[in-house]
Amino acid sequence: MEKEKAGATQQVDERIIVPGPAGFHPPSAAQLGVSLPDPGQALMYGVLEPDEEKVMEEIARKMLTSPNATIFPGPMVLWAWNEHAVEKAKAVLEIASQVPNVLIIPMPDYRPKYPKVDPEEVINPNHPNLTIWGNKIEACIFVGVHCHYANLTLKMIRAGTNCCTIALCAEQGHEDAMLTIRDCDKAKLQRVAQVFKRVREQLGMKVPENGENVRFTGLQSKVHDGKTHTNPLSFLPSDGSVGGAGAFGHKPEHMQREA
Amino acid sequence: MSESLEAEVKTNPQGDPITSLEPEQKTNPQGDPITSVAAPKIEARKDPHAEAKRQREVTPEYMFLEAPRVREFITGSESAKEAVRRSSVDLSIAYPITPQSETMQLIGVLYGEGYVKEYYRGEEEYGVMSAIAGASRAGVRCFTATAGPGTLRGIEPIASWPGHRLPAVAMFTCRVVNAPLAIQPDNIEICYLLNCGMVLFHAENQQDLFDFLMVAFVIGEKNDVTLPVGVACDGFFVTHARGYVRMQDRGLKLPAREAWRGAVPVLDAENPPARLSRDAPVQKSNFMAYNIHAVWQQEVWAAVERSRKYIDRYMGGLLTAENVEGADVLIVASGSAAAQSREAIRLCKEKGIDVGLIKIRSLRPFPIAELRPLCAKAKLIVIPEFNYVGWLAKEVAAAIFGHSKAKIVAGPHVYGGMSMPVEMIVDEVTGGLTGKRSGNVPMSAMMGDIDQAAVAHFLQNI
Repeated sequence: MEKEKAGATQQVDERIIVPGPAGFHPPSAAQLGVSLPDPGQALMYGVLEPDEEKVMEEIARKMLTSPNATIFPGPMVLWAWNEHAVEKAKAVLEIASQVPNVLIIPMPDYRPKYPKVDPEEVINPNHPNLTIWGNKIEACIFVGVHCHYANLTLKMIRAGTNCCTIALCAEQGHEDAMLTIRDCDKAKLQRVAQVFKRVREQLGMKVPENGENVRFTGLQSKVHDGKTHTNPLSFLPSDGSVGGAGAFGHKPEHMQREA
Repeated sequence: MSESLEAEVKTNPQGDPITSLEPEQKTNPQGDPITSVAAPKIEARKDPHAEAKRQREVTPEYMFLEAPRVREFITGSESAKEAVRRSSVDLSIAYPITPQSETMQLIGVLYGEGYVKEYYRGEEEYGVMSAIAGASRAGVRCFTATAGPGTLRGIEPIASWPGHRLPAVAMFTCRVVNAPLAIQPDNIEICYLLNCGMVLFHAENQQDLFDFLMVAFVIGEKNDVTLPVGVACDGFFVTHARGYVRMQDRGLKLPAREAWRGAVPVLDAENPPARLSRDAPVQKSNFMAYNIHAVWQQEVWAAVERSRKYIDRYMGGLLTAENVEGADVLIVASGSAAAQSREAIRLCKEKGIDVGLIKIRSLRPFPIAELRPLCAKAKLIVIPEFNYVGWLAKEVAAAIFGHSKAKIVAGPHVYGGMSMPVEMIVDEVTGGLTGKRSGNVPMSAMMGDIDQAAVAHFLQNI
């Protein structure tokens, strides 16, 4: 069944990096001999896959069929540092628009949250397992996270949870993710979105006609007047302002309501 | 740099450009200044940074693999200077402790010439290494050099560099570190550096030093590595002595550091609060998972592993192997011990004994996968070192355990400023083959396929 799902030549028993819990303190993927892919390649469960399109398809299948699939955008796509960051954020939202009921939970920075984190609303590299457990997430995508912090996060999730981790990396990919694509610029992220659309249609899954397929977390619902879902593409920058959360529709009154 | 450009620059006898802007003053035959004549005509002020400004940026691939080279006969410190000249270094901080080499003094010359953007003298090594940490985290390319006691004085901040993911480059010109104080060659300090989490190379000679230092900047700054790189050499033997070094044109330089591509965000020094420790202090607490520091350490060592492919690409491998095919006897060595081993191998050949040489260039990562097949059929492995503890022999023995039945001789060792007569190495080769008891290496330093009864007797009598 797993082999069939993978849709690739890979044998299940070849897999090295699989959803956990891997244990109290498992070796890192590097210690297990997993090395990063070269350009054009990707990693699928710790095994080099020369055709990254196959890995994109497996990513789509996992995100479309796993409970509480979630996208975790990191600082590099969450904040409008520059035009490129905005373009990549748009592409991430295009991916989100293809996954019914997907959650988007941010990793806004890397600092531990004092006095306590709200694990259902944000994810943090110092205790990412709490967010996975709190939302019962079984597949997730990390994108826009600095590689060091992504690697910490991926190791901890593999150790303590049953979540299938996916890393869409702008650099060389992540060996501790179960599935990873490297060199993810705007164009490649858009290609991932297209693969998601194709696989979703193959699976016979539909998104709402109004495009409101992203499921709000509790706080997100609260600041959006109790709505439960939203259209991710409606958050595209509308006023041309680059350099703040306002570029993605976050308004001052939202801040007041959060308080 | 073209010849015509070089001709514009006046140089001192060492070949360094003269950067003084003082006009030449006429003197009488006794050498006193002539003050009664009209002031000499002052020539137009020359830009001391002119040559540095004309450097052309090239890719690492071109610099390391394609660029034509010219051979010069220079000291190790001068070769380090020439490497830094071509490496687009932003900041260098010096604490020229005795027994330093003249390396950091020469880097100061580069600052005068505009090849290094910032340069100053720190208070002591702890301060130097801490300041390097801050600067590297702020996103600039950093270089420093130290030796012996200086290395150990700075080792707390040095050991924190990998965890902070700081791709600084440090040169360690190894000297005695133990009391009583001495300034002699001894590479014991390397065993303190092995487990910091940095990438660590060991240069045999002036050429290695030049090549390894330049490569260090490039490898350390790769996104998937983002680690400090230490380049060690055996002080005095390499730093003060001259050797032939083939160098690229000094008009070429490596691309500048792209800090935004690192594995961690750079320090935002413009917006307080800024602090040198990574956010946040990582402690087991209600705010952290139980394994946060453990996975952090795993990540540092994973980054060390990732450097392997870049070492292969730019240095041609973590080790070099000479004449190992079919050889029953191998010498495994690094640094100056490799140089001594070459001569020992020549003497062995005169005696009719074929000996192969494996030179370890990268100590971290260690060439485990490369060593195993090379040592698989050897009957005797001799590992000479310039230190008491034999850190390389331990590394080799652990790496090939179960993959070779060779008798391993962890020696000969010299230390505390001794040189290593090549005959000591030859004796271990011939003794190892004939079974004759060594006069220089104790039985306790023999490993592998050895006479256990002899070892038991030895241990009973010590």
